[in-house]
Amino acid sequence: MMREIDEKLRAIDTEIEELSAKTDDYAADVRVKELKSEKKKLLRQCENLTPADKVYLARSIKRPKVDDYINALFDDFFIQRGDFLSKEDKSIYGGIASFHGTPVTVLGHRKGRNINENMEFNFGMPEPEGYRKALRMMKQAEKFGRPIITFIDTPGAYPGLEAEEHGQANAIARNLAEMSSLKVPIIAIVTGEGSSGGALAIGVANSVYMLEHAVYSVLSPEGFASILWKDSNRSAEACDLMKLTAQDLKHYNVIDGIIKEPLGGIQQNPNKVYREIDALLMLELAKYKKMSPNELAKNRYDKFRYMDAAIIEAAKKENQA
Amino acid sequence: MGLLGKTKAELAKYATVLKHSEKEAAELNDDFEPAVVKEKSEKPKTEDGVVEMITCSSCKKEIPAGLMKKNLCVCPECGAHNKISAARRVRSMVDPGTFRKLKCKVPFVNPLDYPDYEEKITKLQEKTGLEEGVLIGVGEIMGQKAMIAVMGSEFLMGSMGIALGEKVTYAFEVADKNKLPVVMFTASGGARMQEGILSLMQMAKTSAAVQRFSEHGGLYVVCLTHPTTGGVSASFATLGDITLAEPGALIGFAGPRVIEQTIGQKLPEGFQRAEYLESHGFVDQIVPRNEMREVVGQILKLHERKRWSL
Repeated sequence: MMREIDEKLRAIDTEIEELSAKTDDYAADVRVKELKSEKKKLLRQCENLTPADKVYLARSIKRPKVDDYINALFDDFFIQRGDFLSKEDKSIYGGIASFHGTPVTVLGHRKGRNINENMEFNFGMPEPEGYRKALRMMKQAEKFGRPIITFIDTPGAYPGLEAEEHGQANAIARNLAEMSSLKVPIIAIVTGEGSSGGALAIGVANSVYMLEHAVYSVLSPEGFASILWKDSNRSAEACDLMKLTAQDLKHYNVIDGIIKEPLGGIQQNPNKVYREIDALLMLELAKYKKMSPNELAKNRYDKFRYMDAAIIEAAKKENQA
Repeated sequence: MGLLGKTKAELAKYATVLKHSEKEAAELNDDFEPAVVKEKSEKPKTEDGVVEMITCSSCKKEIPAGLMKKNLCVCPECGAHNKISAARRVRSMVDPGTFRKLKCKVPFVNPLDYPDYEEKITKLQEKTGLEEGVLIGVGEIMGQKAMIAVMGSEFLMGSMGIALGEKVTYAFEVADKNKLPVVMFTASGGARMQEGILSLMQMAKTSAAVQRFSEHGGLYVVCLTHPTTGGVSASFATLGDITLAEPGALIGFAGPRVIEQTIGQKLPEGFQRAEYLESHGFVDQIVPRNEMREVVGQILKLHERKRWSL
């Protein structure tokens, strides 16, 4: 459903843009008004989205990308490149920046705004070098006592020949392990699609948030359907089953909170969402400022250690009953 | 499973219960129970006295089951390392009579309400004699005490869901408290799809447990067996201090089929096999199955003392 609405919305946006270029044209003004009210009507249809709608929105090329978030939220961004072992992987983007005067390390998966950018950034699918670069930045953040903020938006780690040869599994595992014991606060935000270990590899954080229409799952719905039913065309069915929306994950205690998006998705009014993220980061960092380095590491360990404890205990109770 | 109706406070209460009961278990030092490691379906001869034959997965020759099993499922004709059950693996590794199972009962959970999932698990438990895709306990390997964890691909491809992740994590925590080395045999297709995102989270949980164990100076020896892929290879399987592999084992993150589809070309001969990984620098040694006990015993012996002295 969302796909059709989104296509109409895009058509309207393009038309409005074209008409707005004409000045002193009464007919054009009228048409713009018409279009705007039509747009409002369409947006109102976006109130109740299905999981498949959210997957569609989460992957939208119109959604802000990691560099948009970094530009909007931080000052004095200094980009860091390379894993200092063999390669610069452009599907991970990050560096040092200032958040209201506090130095922080920021990084995230980088998707493109068009096909050329996507080719360049490998559609946000890192190879081991990308994960090693991320780890290098995070270890450095720990050394200098900087909080870490990560933005998750990836279809998964890149399943390529060289990626495997260079130790994709090992690179992801190393990130999971090392992140679990870093002695600075880590805050992760799933902004688009968070698929599989490739997402989690920069997601072992003290606090994990999701945008309202972001999705986070063990695998893409297509992959899920292909593994379980040997049929990747059943992805819509998989979406319904997988519990991959922010609302589901909040319920399962996998994430700490949801960042609201405007009707029709963040692209309708990104600035509003940036302001919300800004306030959220302020609150989170104030909270973690009170913890010692060891407490921060323990807080993170316990978060993932006991994430499913409630579910296990509930099942035990159910068995006894 | 009725969790959707629970408030946050109720969920938090459950979490504290689990923490508490685990602490108690550790204090009582009551973590282990005597175990008879036995395979459920062990019938070298069928009822009418005909010798059962097993087909080698590699050379496709028919081998008498008794001979195959005596040979630890390594084909006597071609040397291929066929799949071995978790129970048989444990018996092949530990000194007789020393193995005690780690007590860690995790109830069945079905977070996605996946259809027919419970029946599937119950059937597998009956068929394999395992509670989950991993068999964990304490035993002695050539006189050295160690926490031994063996994954069984016979249990839903050794896929990692909540129960398996919990068991592995708990094993590292108990080993940490008791200053035991961990010897792990991995065999897994990856995260268990049927449990959704919570399967993914087991990667973080287990990796964090390995990290803490490692920071406390624990020795972790891992042996990658066929197949070790996906979420298990990208978490505790590749975090060992010493990494061994069995000949010919498939080891990797993405499956070969997915890679071929992605890059649109055929993969080279031997890609993602143990030997390939060794030559690319991700395996210490490839060890044949019949030498495994000795090699692991030797590694444990070399780590017996914390400090050097002459």
